[in-house]
Formats: sequence, structure tokens, C-alpha cells
Amino acid sequence: MTHLKSRETILFGAILCLLLVVATRFPGFVAPENLIAVFTDTSPLIILALGQMAVILTRCIDLSVAANLALTGMVCAMINVAAPDLPVGVILTVALAIGAMLGAINGILVWKLNIPPIVVTLGTMTIFRGIIFLLTEGKWINAHEMSPQFTGFPRSDVLGMPVLGWIAVLVSVVMLVVMARTTLGRSIYAVGGNPHAAVYTGIDVGKTQFAAFVISGMLAGLTGYLWVARYSVAYVDIAGGFELDVVAACVIGGVSIAGGAGTVVGTLLGALFLGVVKNALPVVDISPFWQLAISGAAIIIAVAFNAQSGRSKGRVILKSAEHAQ
Amino acid sequence: MSLTDNAPRHIPDRLRSPLQDKLVSWESLLLAVAIAIFIVNSLASPYFLNAWNLSDATFNFTEKAMIAFAMALLIISGEIDLSVAAIIALASTAMGVAMEMGAGTPMLVLVGLITGVLCGAFNGALVTKLGLPSIVVTIGTMSLFRGISYIILGDGAFRGYPSSFSWFGQGYVFWVISVEFVIFALLAVVFGVILHKTNFGRMVYATGNNATGALFSGVRVDRVKMTLFLLTGLMSGLAAICLTSRLGSTRPSIASGMELEVVTMVVLGGVNILGGSGSIPGVVIAAFVMGLVTFGLGLLNVPGIVMSIFIGLLLIGVIALPRLWAMWRKKAG
Repeated sequence: MTHLKSRETILFGAILCLLLVVATRFPGFVAPENLIAVFTDTSPLIILALGQMAVILTRCIDLSVAANLALTGMVCAMINVAAPDLPVGVILTVALAIGAMLGAINGILVWKLNIPPIVVTLGTMTIFRGIIFLLTEGKWINAHEMSPQFTGFPRSDVLGMPVLGWIAVLVSVVMLVVMARTTLGRSIYAVGGNPHAAVYTGIDVGKTQFAAFVISGMLAGLTGYLWVARYSVAYVDIAGGFELDVVAACVIGGVSIAGGAGTVVGTLLGALFLGVVKNALPVVDISPFWQLAISGAAIIIAVAFNAQSGRSKGRVILKSAEHAQ
Repeated sequence: MSLTDNAPRHIPDRLRSPLQDKLVSWESLLLAVAIAIFIVNSLASPYFLNAWNLSDATFNFTEKAMIAFAMALLIISGEIDLSVAAIIALASTAMGVAMEMGAGTPMLVLVGLITGVLCGAFNGALVTKLGLPSIVVTIGTMSLFRGISYIILGDGAFRGYPSSFSWFGQGYVFWVISVEFVIFALLAVVFGVILHKTNFGRMVYATGNNATGALFSGVRVDRVKMTLFLLTGLMSGLAAICLTSRLGSTRPSIASGMELEVVTMVVLGGVNILGGSGSIPGVVIAAFVMGLVTFGLGLLNVPGIVMSIFIGLLLIGVIALPRLWAMWRKKAG
């Protein structure tokens, strides 16, 4: 019974209903090829949301992911222009490293200086975007300047699905293992669940938060290369405002903003929900301008839902003013 | 939010004298910075020390500062509103719709203010009635409010506001003193009095320092928070009127990213982002500092996006430096 009521089941049902409704008007939408296309299109959101989940679980938030993505993507594109023959493996390593470094900057400020994460990442968000402008003077890097192997990698087909989709699958599996089976994963849950208790069990709260920021940054960097290669263009404003979609995916997926609660599968479904909505809108002939309002409404409904289901069943004897905590 | 330090507050054996207190306060430090920036600017550009140019410079911060005053109170009470720029977009769109329907200037102003208040009420109700964390709620409403603007406007724009409407953003009271600057100055006084001289102001501090303690002392915490959300919405509506009037048009992307600058202004003004402390004079000086920095860099032909690096560094720097300083002193002593 509890299994039926779980967040994951409800979300999965919602996604199925959504697909069913769209299919009644446009059967081609649920064809396997199209579903794979929708999954691939949602892959960047999935990868970023899984990183964001780790951060939110430790009671932090990373609003700089989209700017990190744009900066790392731009650096990858510039490296490609300078050295077109560099193998994709090297580019991937560089993307992961730069992303991790940018995430580490956030992490250090939160860990060592104890600055609220929202302030840190609001700041680094604008700084990262500004640095792209300093690097490029506002110029774009277009498809014809990139090498075919650079842009082709995320789109190349493996067993009927583009590499981009497979990377999202790989990241999901790795995160599943990390969160459930490693000391780091369990520390992340412990720090978010009860930081004081975590300290007494020998977990370094700041260091764990730092690690979460590095994970988030690393995945943002990886997505940066994939994004730039997939769309074959790099400029200052790519993925502008995408950080909100990422937070939305987490919140819809049942990750509690108060930390400590949330699952990889939930986050994955949260991202897929947004992805299906985004891809279904044009099919059912709704203007894409509705997208922003819909994801906003989805965040609010999801967070209200989270709060209702998370409320303790016991009798409240002393009313607390800080029910948000 | 991150872990707040739960260590008991440091209580000094002897209080500093009032004069000493004033000299080393955040506000006087900020004032010194403002004066330094002013001097550097007047040396760096020959166009800086000109009454009309300086008057133009005030437009860099007046609209943001209007919101920052209300935001300061909200942050002191322990909440935050990231949807303010989106409220501007929605209020501006509502005014555009009203204009299309033939509303005159007084009606437009009313529509702008009411839209702002309604948005604030929506945020406030979600936070106080449902007990949701304000940061997520307002990240959600930030998309929702601006999203509604996009639904109404798409890639279009409203133009052709009545000429009398342009008074708010383009009018001057006398000589170089603009209407917006007068509104800013009046609001600074009003908010200063509210926060520092009234019961309500004390309740705001009490709520931010210890909400449960405040509740048991008879402060209606939820009502205080609701009032502050309404106030922030109202100020965003007012800023929407000024901005729309100044630009003379409405696009759904109006004021995008302004929430960041407003929060930066508040934090730079010495308001604790975790709530409980801060002052209006600090925010006023911070408004001048940010206005002077952006204006000075503009005169030196620095592009807007590079200025945003400065703002980002400023935001992190003002919080990081005192903490680094404290760490360094701990190590040295």
C-alpha cells in the first residue's frame, strides 16, 4: 500500500497519463522512436538534476549549474577550434575537470567560509556568465568552426539511441550506486537529514557539502560539452535560466528542499515529467510560451504536495512557528 | 539554507561607546567605500561630475532600491522573495493590457500596484498558510509570474502608453531631481521609520532572530511575514510603474535578472541573509554604491555583462571578507 502511494509511483502514473492523453490526439507521439527522442532531449535535464539532487540533499542549492554548463561548453568549443583533432575522450575529461573545478569554487566558499549557498551560487552564476563574455567578447562559435567528430559524438547512434541518451542512463546508474552503496552517498543523506547528528557520527558536514557541489559541477561541465556539441553552437546565453528547470525537476521528483529526502529514481522521473510536458506542448498545439508558466506551477504544486506528505502524523502539542524548517 | 552556527552568541564584557560603535559599523565602512568610488570615478572620467549625468546615474538604482527596502525587511524576518523581477514583468503586462482596454494614467497606476499586491499575497499565502519554504515558493512563482507574461505577450510588446504616464519614469520635480529619486528618498524615510522606530519593526527583528521565541512573546509571526510579502509585492508593483513609464514599453523579458541585483543590494547593505539583523541606512548607502559603480563603469565603456561580474564578486566579497578577516584574527590572536 505504501508502495502504491510513493512519490515515484504517482509521478510514473502522471507521466503515463500525460502520454496517454497526448496519444489519443497524436498516436505517433508514443511510438518507440519518438519516446527515445523525448528521452534524449530530456537527457541534459536528467544529468543536471541528478547533480542538483546531491546538492539539495545536503541542505544547499546550486543556482550556478546553467552558467557552469555555458562556461564549460564554451571552453570545450574554444579548445575544439584551436585543436580540431583532439579526441573526444580528452574533451570529455577536460569538461568534467573544468566543471568540477567550478563546482569546487562554490563548495569551498560554502565549506570554508560558511557563506549561505544561495548567495554563493547567485554570485558565481553571474560571474561564470561574465567570464564567458570576457573569453569571447560576446562572439559566437558556430557549427562550421567545430570539427565533425566534436559535434557528432552526442548524436552518434548506439543500439538505436544517441550517445547523449546513453550518457544520461550511465549517469543515472552511477548516481544510483553512489547514493545507495557508498559512504559518500550515505553521508550526503545523513548531513541533510540531521547535520548535528551527522557531526556526532564523525561526518564532516562542510566537506560533504563540498563533495556534493563538486558532483553537481562535474555533471554540469559534462552537460556543457554535450549541449554545445548537440546544438553545434556556443555563446554567452546558452541554457539561460535552465537552473530553474533543474531545481524544478528535483522538487517535482520529491527531493525535499529542507534536505535529507529524495531519490535518484524520483529525480529521474521529475526530469522526465518536465521533458514530456515540453515535448508534448507543440504536439497538442499549445504555444511554447506556456512552458515557463507550466514549470512554475509544477514547482509550486510539487512543493506543496511534498510538505503535505512530509507532515508528521503525531499530535502537535506545542505549535512551532518555524514549520518551514 | 546552510547550517547556521548554533554556538551561543558572543557577549562582550563591556559595551563599546556609541561613538566607537558608529565609527566601526558596517554603514560607515560602506559610506567610506561610496565616497572612495565617487572620488575614483570623478578622476577616471571627465563626464562624471556633471549634475545631469549624476541625475541619470540615479536611475541605475532607484527602481531596484524601492524593492530592496521591502526586501530588506523580508530578509531580516528570515524569508526571501526571488520573484520580484517576475512580479515587475506581470504588473507591467497587466498595465499593458489595461492600456489596450483604454485605461488612463490613474487606472494604470492602480492596476500596477494591485497586481503587485496580489502577487505578494500569493507568495505570502503559500509561505504562511501552507508553511512552505519561501525560497522554493518564489523560485516557482518567478517562473509562474513571468510565464503568464509570456503567455499574454509571446514575442510581442505593449507600446503607446499615455504621455501623462511617462511622468513617473521620465519626469523631474525640479531641476535635476527626478520623480523616481524623490519616490526613492521618501520611501527610504518611510521604511527607515517602520523598521527602526515602530513596534512592527521590532517584530520583524524578533521574527528573524527566533521565530518560535517571537511567537511565544505574542508576535503573530505569520501575520508579520504576510505583511512583508504584501509590502514586497506592492514595492515591485511601484517599481514596475516606474520602469514601464521610463522605458515606455512592456516586453515579457522586462527586468530579467533584477532579483539578483536587489538581493545583492540588500546583502551589501549589511542585512544578514539568514535574517535577524540589518538596517535601512545601510541599504540606502548600498544603493548609492551599486549605482555609482555601474554608472562609473558605464562611462568607461565597460559592457553590462562585465559589470555583472563586479556585482557577483561584490555579493560574495562583502560576505566573505568579514569572515576571512575573523578567521585571520582568530589565527593571529
